[in-house]
Formats: sequence, C-alpha cells, structure tokens
Amino acid sequence: MLEVRDLVVRYGPVVAVDGVSLSVPEGPAGLGLVGESGSGKTTIGRTVVRLTAPTAGEVTVGGVDAFRARRAALKAYRKSVQIVFQDPDSTLDPRMRVGAAITEALRAHAIVDRAHLAIRVGELLTSVGLQADHADRFPHQLSGGQRQRVAIARALAVEPRLLVLDEPTSALDVTVQARVLQLISRLREERSLAYLLISHNLAIVEQLCEQVAVLYLGKVVEHGRTTKVMTRPVHPYTRALRAAVPELSETLPRPQTRRADPPDPAEPPPGCRFHPRCPLAIDRCRREEPVLREVDGRLTACHRAEDSLAAE
Amino acid sequence: MLEVRNLGVWFGERQVVAVDALDLDRGQMLGIVGETGSGKSMTAYAIAGLAPGMGARVEGSVKLEGRELLGLSDHELRDVRGRQIAMIFQAPISSLNPVFRVGDMFLRALRLHGASKPRARERAAAAMRSVALSPDLLRRYPHQLSGGQAQRVAIALAVALRAEVLIADEPTSALDVTVQAEILEVLQKLRSEESLAALFISHDLAVVSGICDTVAIMHDGKIVERGPVGRTLRHPEHPYTRELLAAVPRLNRPEAPGA
Amino acid sequence: MTAVGIGRVVPRRGFARRNPTLVAGVVLLGLIVLVALMAPWLAPDPADAGTATHPFRVLAGPSSAHPFGTDLVGRDLLTRVMYGARISLRLVVEVLVIAGLVGIPLGLAAGYFGGHVDQVIMRITDVFLAFPALLLSLAIAFVLTPSVTNMTIAIAVTWWPWYTRLVRGEAASVATRPYIESCRTLGVSPIRILLRHVLPNSITPVLVQMSMDAGGILLTAASISFLGLGAQDPTPEWGLIVSQGAQYFSTQWWFVTFAGLAILFTAIAFNLIGDGVRELLDPRRVISR
Repeated sequence: MLEVRDLVVRYGPVVAVDGVSLSVPEGPAGLGLVGESGSGKTTIGRTVVRLTAPTAGEVTVGGVDAFRARRAALKAYRKSVQIVFQDPDSTLDPRMRVGAAITEALRAHAIVDRAHLAIRVGELLTSVGLQADHADRFPHQLSGGQRQRVAIARALAVEPRLLVLDEPTSALDVTVQARVLQLISRLREERSLAYLLISHNLAIVEQLCEQVAVLYLGKVVEHGRTTKVMTRPVHPYTRALRAAVPELSETLPRPQTRRADPPDPAEPPPGCRFHPRCPLAIDRCRREEPVLREVDGRLTACHRAEDSLAAE
Repeated sequence: MLEVRNLGVWFGERQVVAVDALDLDRGQMLGIVGETGSGKSMTAYAIAGLAPGMGARVEGSVKLEGRELLGLSDHELRDVRGRQIAMIFQAPISSLNPVFRVGDMFLRALRLHGASKPRARERAAAAMRSVALSPDLLRRYPHQLSGGQAQRVAIALAVALRAEVLIADEPTSALDVTVQAEILEVLQKLRSEESLAALFISHDLAVVSGICDTVAIMHDGKIVERGPVGRTLRHPEHPYTRELLAAVPRLNRPEAPGA
Repeated sequence: MTAVGIGRVVPRRGFARRNPTLVAGVVLLGLIVLVALMAPWLAPDPADAGTATHPFRVLAGPSSAHPFGTDLVGRDLLTRVMYGARISLRLVVEVLVIAGLVGIPLGLAAGYFGGHVDQVIMRITDVFLAFPALLLSLAIAFVLTPSVTNMTIAIAVTWWPWYTRLVRGEAASVATRPYIESCRTLGVSPIRILLRHVLPNSITPVLVQMSMDAGGILLTAASISFLGLGAQDPTPEWGLIVSQGAQYFSTQWWFVTFAGLAILFTAIAFNLIGDGVRELLDPRRVISR
C-alpha cells in the first residue's frame, strides 16, 4: 500500500531523513514511527503527503509515485493519502465553520454531489463521535479533543486509503487522548484503514500498530513487530527509549544512555550515530556505520545486536 | 515549611483556583497533577507571587517559614524570589535571558543576593556539577544549549541560589523522553543530597509518581485528592483520579493489536 | 496546559464602557459624516461652495448670518467648511480603497507564494517606499494637473506599499499553519486557499492600520492642497482654504481658523477610531466575566 524506498530528505546542511525504507500493507494495518526530536519521523510523514520534497528516494501509494504523478494521477494521489496534524488549535481555520471545512474537502474531490453535501458532513461528524449540528460551530467553540475529531473527519472525507497521523494526541489531555485513540481504533476496523502513526509515545504505538520502526537521527535503528520490539528490544537505543518511559509506579525511569553532548543534526557522529550515547559502544561503532540486518525476527542496525539481546 | 491555605485566584469574576490547603516540608517533593484548566499552573504562579502580574486577583495565605508571602511589596518579593523560592518553567528559555551568557546570569543573580564575585563563581561551578553539567558550559549563550542542558541550567540556578523551595512547572514536558529521564535523575539526586523541597507541576501522572512522595490531583481549580503517591496509585478514592489512572496509556497491554 | 500571559482586564457590561476610545471616535466622526451628508440642506449658502462671489461682504467676521465669517471673495465659510467635509471624507475613503485593492492582493501573493514572486513584488514595493510619502505625492500631483482626483491618485500611489508589506508578513505566517497545509494536502485550489483562508486570516492588521491611517491621509491631502498642488479654487477643500487664509491670519483670523479646526477634529476622530479598533482587536484583552 505505502512503499517508502531509500528516502533521503535534506534541509540545507541537515539530513533529516537518511536512507529510510518502510512499508504499510493494505488496511486494517498500522505502522508506528517512533523517535525523539531530530529522528526524522515527522519529515517522513510530511513527505508521504507531499508537503516536503525528497532529495532522493521514492514514495508510492497504491503503486502511484507521489512525486512523479501529474494532474489526474496527482489528484488521485491526494485523495488516497491524508494527514492529521498534532496541534488541534491550528489544524482548523479559525474563521471557518467546522462543517464548511469538511465541505471544502468533499468538494475538492467531488465525493458527493451538491445535494448530498450536508448529509455527508453530518455522517462524517457522527462517525467521529460528534453530532451533526456541530457543523455550524466555529473551532473555538469546540474543545481540543473535538477539534482533533473534526480534523480526522475532514481527512476521512476524501476516503483516503492511507492516513498519516502526526502525533495526533500529543497536545491533548490524557483523558481526551484515551478517547481519541479509541476512535482511531474503531475507525481502523470500520474502514479497513491503513495508517502511519508518528509518535514519541511508545504506549500509543503499541496500542494501535502491529509494526513499528524506531528512528534515530534520520535512520531506522529497529523495525519489526511491535510486541517483539517493545517487550524485547534489540537496539540499545530502543532499549533506552523503552526504559525511559515513565510508568505509573513509584520508581523512576533509569536512563540507559551515556552522558554526551546532544548530537548536531548537521554533523552527525561518525560510524553509528548513536555511539556517543550507547552503553555498548565499541571501537567498530565509531568507525563503521551498521547496516540493517535481521536479528531475532526483526531488522536492526547494530554491530552488537546479539550482545544487546543477550543482555536483556 | 510552605503552607498554603484557602488560596483563591480570579481572572475578573472567574475563579480558576480554589485550593483549600497545601503543605510542603523540607526534602519533600509534592506533585500537582491536573489536565488543562485544572488550575495547577496558576496555583504555582500564585505561590511564586507571579499571579498579579498576569492580571489575576489572589486571596488567601501562602506562608513560607511562617512568613506571609501574599501581599508583599515588589521590593520584598524580589528578595524572596530567587533566594527562597525558585521557579523553572516548561520552556527553559523562559528562565534564561538570551542576551547573556549563562555564567553571567548566574553571577548577576548570585551577586544580587549578596555573594562576592569569586564566591559567586565557585557556587555557580558547584551548582553546574551538581546537575551533571560541565562548568565550561557557563560560557555559552542559552541558544547554544540543548533543551535538556538549558533545563538543567535552570535547575542549577535554583541550587546555586540555595533556594528553599523549587517550583517546577512542567519542567520536562517539552523534552524528549530520554532527556526527561536524565533530568528526573538529577532532581532525584538533588532531593536526596540537598534536601531540596519541590512542587512538581505536571499533567503526566506517571512522571510525578516516579519522582514525588506526595501527590495532589487538581480538577477545576480544586484539589480532589491528595496523599502519598503509592497509596493514590493503588487505592485512588476520587472518581476523577480513577479516570486519570485509567486513561494513561500503558506499555505491554495484552489486548493491543501490537501484541 | 493553560496559556498564561499578561492580560488587560476590561469591564463586561456595556460596549461603550469597554471601548471608550472607539465610541468617542465613532460619535465624533458620525457628526462629521452627518454634516457632510446634510450639507446641501444645512448650509446657509450652498452656492458659495462653488463659484459664487459676493463683493460686498468680502472678509466679513463671524456673525449670525455667517457664523464662520466669509472669505476673500465673500463666500460663506460655514458653507465651504461643511462642503469641505464631503470632499475630505470621500478622499480618505477613496485612497484607502485604491491602496487596499492594489496593496492587499500583492501582499497576499508575495507572502503566500514566496520565492521569486515575493522577491519581485517586494523590490517594487521597496522602490515606492523609498520615497517620503508627501514628496512623492507632491511630485505626482505636480506632473498630473492639480485637482482633487489627481491628488487622490497621488496619495493612493504612495500609500499602497505599506499595506503590501503588512499583508505579506501576515500571509507568510498564515501560509505555514497546519490548516493551510491541510488544504494543500486535500488538493484545494491555490486561489481558493488564498481567498477563503489566507485573506481572512491576514486582513486584521491591515484593517487596524487603515483606521489609523485615515487621519494621516487627511493631513497629507490638506498639506498638498495647502501647497497648491491639490484642490484648486473654487473647490472648498479644507487645506486649500487654510492656504488661502494664511496671509490674513493676523487680521481676519476666522478665515484660517475654522477650516483648520475642521481638519483637526476630523483627524482626531479618525485617530480615536484607529486607536479604538486596535484596542478592540488586541488579542490580550481579557473580558472580565
């Protein structure tokens, strides 16, 4: 369904995405992109919806190349992939009623004819847990969670095959977040939705995605079935990430990274990018960049993967 | 040490905080947890004396070591702030003046509170080490520091000023989770080594439960539940607390599709 | 997380209590507009606004028949000042409309599209901005034959670049917002994005600026006429009247004074409205509930 091949995205001196390949099958399916700031996960999401142009590599959805398509094919591409952004406060035009925003999406792709627009808007709103009469409201008259639901409804209005969710709940209160996540889960089943879930929150990714790719400084460091990666992480960065997540307990998360100056994205460390902070780093890690290879049923890029696994 | 009683904060006619009581002892970390609109941040600002500057009206009593803080003149407050109460914010840039080198900021703050230049330099260096930062970083400007480093500098400043109470408003919310873990470790160490008393305000119950001894859950301006962290986690009394606990996404849940 | 910031608390009840400046300005301007509209009926000698001359009452002082006195050909000054209001108000509106119609679309394009479009538009704008407004207006008015119409064009030509610059900044900022990006990913046409989304969200500062500029435009027009390059006799434009009466100031003070006061009060009215609009739209206003 979605194929990303050797994607490279450069912004001036910074290589935000450096040779990433991943895929999402036909729905219902979810791939989580996990990483911290500077990992490139957001850039990948934006590239998939053509908000950012790649420096190299290929992005195809349903066989259509995102950056080679023209006119009709481009229009069809736009219809097949949509994005939901992080910030509910700026994701909707404050001067437009919510129903009008959804109508705009419907009309852009002539999803239904004029006579049925209002009905469809109503259906979309109820499908995301709102009421049809919310269509007359302005964004500021809705709560953050409701606005995010509208954003989801708008994205779904064009009947996309793939949804990119960029930190869809990070700006929401935790109780609201729980409900929106339930919504996404339900929509996934109802519409056989395929999505790319970008998040720094491992628990959310585990809840919604069968597959996960962990990114560090523009490269994939681990990629495989979510259960495996979360319960028995191989890559030291994944281990550190997992260990750093605060749990509802009286113990503090233990940092498993060595103290080092934060990496400069314009000049990443030589060899393995994680080596300055890696507790298992050896000489080879400083010189040679590790390649993605299969270890214990998933892909990982680490010279000491087997040792890391044994240490778990 | 810090005693808050009947604290009320209003914006015009709307009351945003109605806290009946809040206590903080030396060496204790109290977490204030709430969602948007719960009033947790305004409570902190009111205690730090920053509320009137925002156009809010404050009533009630905030006593530090028996001394009433509300209603103090600006002059007296300036004395209290920094020396007795230090505050760190979600965006470390709020605490660090971008036109000064970090070290200069330390010196100015310390000398304002009476230290001599050489003593100030010593204390600044010692404070930096206590947050696991090299004193060399004192020569940098704030924009040359990463988010984690900047936040640690803000904490170091509080330590250098020997503040009795640290009020931290979402200090790690804007940081990556691995960096957050490091900052929390620093705070933990300070707590045990320097008996730092702190108010930790956060929307993240998991973070608070790890680092604080006691927690107060706020909803709609009021404290709905308070108590030791362990008890609150295991035996929550108020329905809102239970709702909050249930909503926190947890890792390794068997019913997830990822499982 | 609640956003906190310094807010101005304003009383809740009564629009007038909340916005005293704006209301004062609107009331004052309202009076002036009323006078302007009713001039043909209210003025004592409507013909005096034109070419009528009355040799027997030249430079007569204020009296019950002529409350503002008469000018050097005997025309009733109250009439002329009242008709002058029509000219001045119409001029201000026309300048704002022309400058807006030219400046705003250019600013939108420059801000939204960026790149070469932005560069070209901004360089053109810079050229116009390099000239002091009054001098450029004078130069243009001089080249074209002096008249109220040409003066209007001249002022509008010097005024539009400010709006372009203002709108460009807002549009550039709006262009990066997620709701605009959503429109792009949805495949909404750029024209529609510009008109339906970018324009409404970029226009507020321009509207505020326009309300503040009105006073300045009035004064610029009066200055140009005063220098003889704007309205020509018999047009009863205030600046022209002041210019005609300047030499008589020490003896026939009324000639200059009332026209001058008219300019003053109208400019004050515009300025009050400008300040009031700015206060009204100040995002940091906190309305006490």
